[in-house]
Amino acid sequence: MFESGGRQYFVVDGHTHFWDARPENRNRYGEGFIACFYDYHRNLSPEEYVWPKEKYDRYSEQDMIHDLFEIGYVDKAIMQPTYLTEFFPGGFNTTEQDAEMAAHHPGRFIVNGAFDPRDGETGLDDLRRLAETHGLQGVKLYTAEWKGQSRGWKLNDYWSYRYLELCEELGIKNIHVHKGPTIWPLNRDAFDVADVDHAASKFPELNFIVEHCGLPRLEDFCWIATQEPNVYGGLAVAMPFIHSRPRYFSQIVGELLYWIGEDRILFASDYAIWQPKWLIEKFMALQMPEDMQSELGTISDDAKAKILGLNAAKLYGIEVPAAMRVPESEDAAIGSEPASVA
Amino acid sequence: MTAVADVLRALDGVRDPELDQSLVELGFVAGMEIDGPAVTVRLRLPTYFCAPNFAFLMVADARRAVEALPGVGSARIELEDHFTAEEINTAVGRGAGFVDAFPDHAVEELDELRTLFRRKALMARQGRVAAALPVAGLAGLRLGDLGGADAERCRALRRELGLDARPSAPAFVTGDGAPVTAADVPRFLRMARLVSTSLEGNAGLCRSLIKTRYEEVAA
Repeated sequence: MFESGGRQYFVVDGHTHFWDARPENRNRYGEGFIACFYDYHRNLSPEEYVWPKEKYDRYSEQDMIHDLFEIGYVDKAIMQPTYLTEFFPGGFNTTEQDAEMAAHHPGRFIVNGAFDPRDGETGLDDLRRLAETHGLQGVKLYTAEWKGQSRGWKLNDYWSYRYLELCEELGIKNIHVHKGPTIWPLNRDAFDVADVDHAASKFPELNFIVEHCGLPRLEDFCWIATQEPNVYGGLAVAMPFIHSRPRYFSQIVGELLYWIGEDRILFASDYAIWQPKWLIEKFMALQMPEDMQSELGTISDDAKAKILGLNAAKLYGIEVPAAMRVPESEDAAIGSEPASVA
Repeated sequence: MTAVADVLRALDGVRDPELDQSLVELGFVAGMEIDGPAVTVRLRLPTYFCAPNFAFLMVADARRAVEALPGVGSARIELEDHFTAEEINTAVGRGAGFVDAFPDHAVEELDELRTLFRRKALMARQGRVAAALPVAGLAGLRLGDLGGADAERCRALRRELGLDARPSAPAFVTGDGAPVTAADVPRFLRMARLVSTSLEGNAGLCRSLIKTRYEEVAA
C-alpha cells in the first residue's frame, strides 16, 4: 500500500521474478542473457539501487520479500516464470522455483505458469497438471524462447491455439505475452505483436497482457489494443524510464492513456531488474510536463490507483479494501482508430 | 590511401534500419583498420541478443557503403560480442544473404522487413516535419513546398521506398504512398507522433545501453 495526500493506494506488482543465474546454472547464452539484464538494471536504476553482479545473479528470498513488501509498498506480487532452459540448464525462473518460494509467504504472491506450444500433446497434459498443482490464473509466455533448433514461436500457430483453448477450459484467464529478439522465421520482426491481435480476437474470454506494452513496438501495440478490448499493457521495462528519461516516460503513458485508456494499463517492476520502491514513489509524484499537457492530457489520481493495482486486482480477482477502490468508469478506449503504418 | 574520415562518412550514411539513425551516431562503430585498399571495420551493438535480422542488415550495408569508396578494394565488417556474430560475419564476408547465414532459421531475405521499417521511419520523419506546420492545409501541401533537413530526409526515404518524390507529389503520404487526405490528418498526426516516440525512445535506450555495456560514462 502506498499513501499519499491522505489517500491509500493498493499495489499489485504485475511482473516479478525469483531467478537463478549463477555461473553454475548457465551456459554462454545464459551468461550473455544475464549480462544484458544487468546492463538494463544498472543503466536505468538510480545509483543507490544498483546491485553488485553476484547479488544480481542470485538474490535471496529475504531480499525479495524485503524489497517488495517491507519497503516496496507491494500488497500482492505476481510471479512470472521464464524457463530459458536452453540458457540456464536448471531453469532461470520456473513455476516450481516460484511456487516453492511463494509457499513460504502465504498471501503475498500469485504464481503464474507457462506453456510452450512446441511441446505438443505432452505439454497439454503438463499444463493441466501445472494448473491443478498451482491453481493457475495466468501464464507468462515468452515467444523468443529457444527449443532445440527452434528460435521461437507465434501466438497464432495451430498449437498455440490448442494451448489457449486449454487455458480457457482450465480457467487460466490471464495470458502475459513477452516478446524477445528471436522468432521463427528469423527474417521476420520478432517484436511484432500482430500474432497477439489474432489470438485476442479468437479468444475474447481471455485477457492478453502484452508485457512492456509492446516496447520496442509501442505503435504496433497501441494499434492492436485499440481494436481488441481484451488486450492490456504491462508497464514492465517502461517504468524505469521514469527516472532516467522522465519526458519519454510521460510520452509513453500519455500515448497509452490516449489509445487504450486507464483501465487497461498494469504496473510492474520486473523485479529484480528494477525495484518497486523507487518506481512507485516516482510514479505517484508524476504529472505530465506542462508543455505536453495540451497533446497528452494529464494523469489523475484515480488513473494512478487503477494502474498501480486496481486493474490487476480485477484481472486476478484480488480483494481490495473498500477504501482503496475507485468507481467503475465507462470503457475508456478513447483513441480513434489509428492509421496503419504499413 | 583511404582516410579514417572517409570511412566514417560512409558509415554515417548507414542506418540502423530499426531505429532510423546512423551507425556512427548510435555509437555502433567500435573501430577500424585501414591497410592500403583493405579496410576492416568493427561493429558493436547494445546487447548480446540484439535481433539478428537487423544486425545482419547493418553489417551488409556497412560493407557495401565502405566498398563503394574510391580506393577501397575490399571491406571486411566484423560484428563483435553478439550471439550470431560468427554466422553474420561469415555470410556477409562471402557476399551471401540472410538465408545463407541462417539456413535453419530463415526462409526469406530481409527485403520485407526493411520495407516495413522504412515505412515506419517515413511516418516518424513526416511527423517531425508536420509538427512544425499549421495543421489546416497540411493535406494540400506538395513536397516542393517543404524545406529543411527533415523534409530532405523524407524525400530521400521516399526514393528508397520507390515512392513519388518529385516536388509535385503530395507532401504527406502513408507508408504505401497514398496521400493523406484532409479527413485523415488528425489520425495521421497522432500515429506519426506515436511512431516517432517509439523510434526515438528505442534509439535513446540503445545509445545508453551501449555506453553501459562498454563502460563508458552514461549520457
